[in-house]
Amino acid sequence: MVAVSVSQRVASDDQLARLLQIGIVLEEVVEARTHRHYQQLDAELDAEVETLLADAAEESADHRERLEALVEGLGVDSVPFGEIESLVDARYGRTRPEDFDDVLYDQLCNEETAYKFYDDLIEAIEGSDAAFSIDREELLATLTTIRDEEAEGVREVTEVMERR
Amino acid sequence: MNTADQYLKTIYVVQDSEDGPASTGSIADALGVSPASANEMIGKLEARGLAEHEKYKGVKLTDDGIVRARDALQTYCIIERFLANVLAVEDFQAEARELEAVIDDTVAERLDTIIDRQPECPDCFDPESDACACLEVAAAPVEPEQQ
Repeated sequence: MVAVSVSQRVASDDQLARLLQIGIVLEEVVEARTHRHYQQLDAELDAEVETLLADAAEESADHRERLEALVEGLGVDSVPFGEIESLVDARYGRTRPEDFDDVLYDQLCNEETAYKFYDDLIEAIEGSDAAFSIDREELLATLTTIRDEEAEGVREVTEVMERR
Repeated sequence: MNTADQYLKTIYVVQDSEDGPASTGSIADALGVSPASANEMIGKLEARGLAEHEKYKGVKLTDDGIVRARDALQTYCIIERFLANVLAVEDFQAEARELEAVIDDTVAERLDTIIDRQPECPDCFDPESDACACLEVAAAPVEPEQQ
């Protein structure tokens, strides 16, 4: 077994770039799954859930663009959306929600997961004294905005779930 | 995955390969920490009922410890598989070791929706290669291009 480093800090540009790439993939998974939910449950979706999904897909696309701008600044490519979409499609049969309650739960998981990811990432960056080749303040400001929007997303989905 | 989970995963793999209690030295070596640090964390795991330490013999995970260790190993396998098959990272083991502390289990679960993990995971984990024995790596992995 190889020695591991027990650390919860982001130590280098490469590691930061990789984590931001993972953030992009998570946003792409949300977008792609949301599109599949539409196709799967179109006839059963009511206006409230439809609006929620549309807003979530739009927000994910926006987050993805902001992360892509950061990744570009680190000299690393993004992961093409088409690639992630086809991976989601390939496994959707095994992981798809059965009805719109499941769709809401899936959406809640999306928002909670994204929130946790950005919160951990912010903490790991704040705990690191590494010098990154992109502006640290701008990086943290972007990630904090995205994290707060995810927290808002958790609240919105929870409210819709509680009303039903 | 937090530090405690990294320890649990390591103890699980070491006790499996040593076919008995894991020695503090082996755990410290595997984690790249001092024996004193390893002892301190083992004490915490013991206090939480996740491990049992027997003087001169080593550490053994309790049933609860084994459940958590297997979850942690599964999360590690997801991260490795994601890096190797989705991001085409050549040295996916090294990167997984760097990233595991920053990737939460819930995040790994989402990544799991786009990878093709085998049902026997994490039993297929091979400590020698530090990777899942079922993992197929692309013949010519492409690293993200540097601009």
